[in-house]
Amino acid sequence: MTLTGSRGAAPVRAPREIAAPGTGGVGDSPLRPDGTLKVKGEFAYSSDLWIDGMLWGATLRSPHPRAKIVSIDVSEALAHPGVATVLTHEDVPGRRHFGLDHTWDQPVLAFDEVRHQGEPIALVAADHPETARRAMEKIRIEYEVLEPLTDARRAAFDPTYPQVQPRGNLARHQPVRVGDVEAAKARAEVVVSGEYRVGIQDQAFLGPESGLAVPAEDGGVDLYVATQWMHNDLKQIAPCLGLPEEKIRMTLSGVGGAFGGREDLSMQIHAAMLALRTGRPVKIVYNRYESFFGHVHRHPAEMRYEYGATRDGKILYAEVEILLDGGAYTSATMNVVGNAASLGVGPYEIPNIKIDAYGVYTNNPPCGAMRGFGAVQACFAYESMMDKLAAACGLDPVTVRQVNAASQGSELATGQVVWAPLPMAEMLQQARELPMPPPLDPADLRNLPGGASQTTHGEGVRRGVGYGVGLKNICFSEGFDDYSTARVRLEVIGGEATVLVHTAAAEVGQGLVTLEAQIARTELGVDRVVIHPADNQVGDAGSSSASRQSYMTGGAVMTACQAVREGVFALAAARLGRTYDDLSLAGGKVVSESAGVLATIEDVLGDAVVEETREYHHEPTTGMDPVTGRGDSHTQLALCVHRAVVDVDVELGLVKVVELAAVQDVGKILNRLSLEGQIHGGTAQGLGLAVMEEIVVADGKVRNPSFTDYLIPTILDMPPMRLEILENADPRAPYGLRGAGEPPTLSSTPAIVAAIRDATGLALTRVPVRPEHIAGGS
Amino acid sequence: MRVTFTVNGRRETADDVWEGESLLYVLRERVGLPGSKNACEQGECGSCTVYLDGTPVCACLVAAGQAEGREVRTVEGLADGDRLDPVQEAFVECGAVQCGFCTPGLVVQAHDLIERVAQPSDAEIREALAGNLCRCTGYEKILDAVRLAAARKAAAS
Repeated sequence: MTLTGSRGAAPVRAPREIAAPGTGGVGDSPLRPDGTLKVKGEFAYSSDLWIDGMLWGATLRSPHPRAKIVSIDVSEALAHPGVATVLTHEDVPGRRHFGLDHTWDQPVLAFDEVRHQGEPIALVAADHPETARRAMEKIRIEYEVLEPLTDARRAAFDPTYPQVQPRGNLARHQPVRVGDVEAAKARAEVVVSGEYRVGIQDQAFLGPESGLAVPAEDGGVDLYVATQWMHNDLKQIAPCLGLPEEKIRMTLSGVGGAFGGREDLSMQIHAAMLALRTGRPVKIVYNRYESFFGHVHRHPAEMRYEYGATRDGKILYAEVEILLDGGAYTSATMNVVGNAASLGVGPYEIPNIKIDAYGVYTNNPPCGAMRGFGAVQACFAYESMMDKLAAACGLDPVTVRQVNAASQGSELATGQVVWAPLPMAEMLQQARELPMPPPLDPADLRNLPGGASQTTHGEGVRRGVGYGVGLKNICFSEGFDDYSTARVRLEVIGGEATVLVHTAAAEVGQGLVTLEAQIARTELGVDRVVIHPADNQVGDAGSSSASRQSYMTGGAVMTACQAVREGVFALAAARLGRTYDDLSLAGGKVVSESAGVLATIEDVLGDAVVEETREYHHEPTTGMDPVTGRGDSHTQLALCVHRAVVDVDVELGLVKVVELAAVQDVGKILNRLSLEGQIHGGTAQGLGLAVMEEIVVADGKVRNPSFTDYLIPTILDMPPMRLEILENADPRAPYGLRGAGEPPTLSSTPAIVAAIRDATGLALTRVPVRPEHIAGGS
Repeated sequence: MRVTFTVNGRRETADDVWEGESLLYVLRERVGLPGSKNACEQGECGSCTVYLDGTPVCACLVAAGQAEGREVRTVEGLADGDRLDPVQEAFVECGAVQCGFCTPGLVVQAHDLIERVAQPSDAEIREALAGNLCRCTGYEKILDAVRLAAARKAAAS
């Protein structure tokens, strides 16, 4: 294919085509195409790139969450030996702001004011990372430090609170109104209420932000980056660099995990600016400390819920307020608020609903996309409410959920009707009936809460069981024209029919490249599939977010393959001199249902190349009404049920999660091995939020930006898992599939907290649950 | 300064090494072996695990100068050409690899475990790998992989 413009030199270890091993189609579990490279240490991550003569870029960031910038003096830094250039906001070639959605409110480099700790102010390019660090220390910035605005509630509701940024302090308020809540209050026999909080969670992907920018002869730049959505990056990068999009060639390099944290730009524009200024390749690699400031996090939430019900547990009304703190810039806050609102009461049938979801600006750490995206926060609250309601009605937690469970044909809070199977009551039953793990052998102290620290011999240890259900929208919602593009090429190479699949979709670890090969094999009956590196020389694939790539890029590869198949049939007809209307491709052959095998695909193709590019769009959605929240805002919904079993040392407040069982409906199992990995991994991140993970903030400053102080689950923290995977097809989706990566992240958190409540009898209204919340009896 | 050491059986010399550089930096940026990963650079995540004179260490915590004259084996030195080590093979087969950034460190650490303990129990596997963070897999498939590699190795010997 043709590249526009003229590229710069290629780096050592540039991403290249990878042949997919094995023979498996849709439903099999062939090996990952990139697996062997990864276990050998040969897979080229964006931090592994190297090119002759490259410089190292570094980013000077604000130590203050809110301050006026009085002056910036880079002269001393520029004079430091080994420094190639130092850049500030004055050097931004084009637009000074970028942004993930339509609100371009984030400065490429801060000017006039900094609005969060870690906001980028200046860039250095030097011959060694240490040179760059030392030069940064010589940049003189005079600040007028201001009191940070950190009170999300005042930001939302107090008009006298100072503004964080010119847009005002309220990013979005999305109401949902159903029925008549006030009238329903009069009929309620049981009323329960609660206030819940969710702390800031970090994606904590293992591969920090990094990439390489290579200046090109045409005045453009080649960018090798780790991102979730190349084309959306490009839309922001090009105007800020003052370049047309075709002069920026982007190639996806190895991505060390994402989980939402790579939706926003990090080092892309910065590295390109340094490369264009110096005329030399520039590599930027954040370390872990910088990574905590280099991407947005999961929104912290304050949530107030009140449910009224009949004595037998049927919910009559829900009154809900969800307050999400987005930090200084918009990022994904608009859509996170939309999700929190539309999924605010989860998969339950409730006739009268009043939800108000708010997203605000503050000088706290910036927040945006993370796996679960607004649905996680609400899920912790509504599932906690279900347990509270169960207790108030004298019902068990499973029954109260079954009494109110949505099912196919139900209306959700937005009025959207569940059109696909949603066997929630049955899934809960299945979770309940799974065998319970036996008591752990206390003779091996590693089995007890506290583990090898030997903090107990079993005294004070109580077991608890809890359930959680989570409903997640799959693909982009609220009227967004969501699509993906795939180019598929079939030709004979070395005597063997070979499929080349080319998309811009980001493989971030989830296994999309495996699935692309499976789909090609199923649709084209050819074993040999090669995956082209993802780049912007093919159309937009959308983001590796919202559990959408199996659906969207899977759908695009499927339809492109089907178009290629038609091309092969046409060649077959020309070669055989007659047409058939019952052809298929299987086992490397063109097969007629009536006449049997007609020819090998190689014979039919000869020297011909059949190449087709297709876009795949999902069923359109609508926006949410700004007053009532009504609308068919989601294209697919997916459900996961968790049962958690915990042992809690009630004296020390230590929790050992003993087992996690998940029942999830995925529509169709495309690749069991990858799918199980998604459910396991999603569950683990939910466990992290339940009992470990929080970015601790004081006065707008992060207190724990390291893996020493921000703890994510280790292999000792994760218990054995039991999975029950259902296949109730969604008839609208490719192969009937349902996106699977996010739902388990929703439901595992409330299940674990419910189990801790069961063990301790405590209310536990915030996550993560810390030892002092248990031992202190909160 | 100049640092000379053996990596995966090959003698390597790195010149102009700044005294503050770690063994990890020298491996990745000077010797051309970026397989060992830079996820935290403070010894918490284990993604840079390499053998130093036969003992697994976090390469990020070893100063480059400390490697002088010593023997380093990295993830790139485990396979025999195209023939993967049983641990590597099992990681791919069992789905223990997703984004793969933790994989090099885990593979080296698991390799060390089954060198020392032929048939490790689950508790032993968990203890041995407790210093290696993985954000993608939830560790279930990693346990599967170590069990499989140990079983295959035991069967072969």
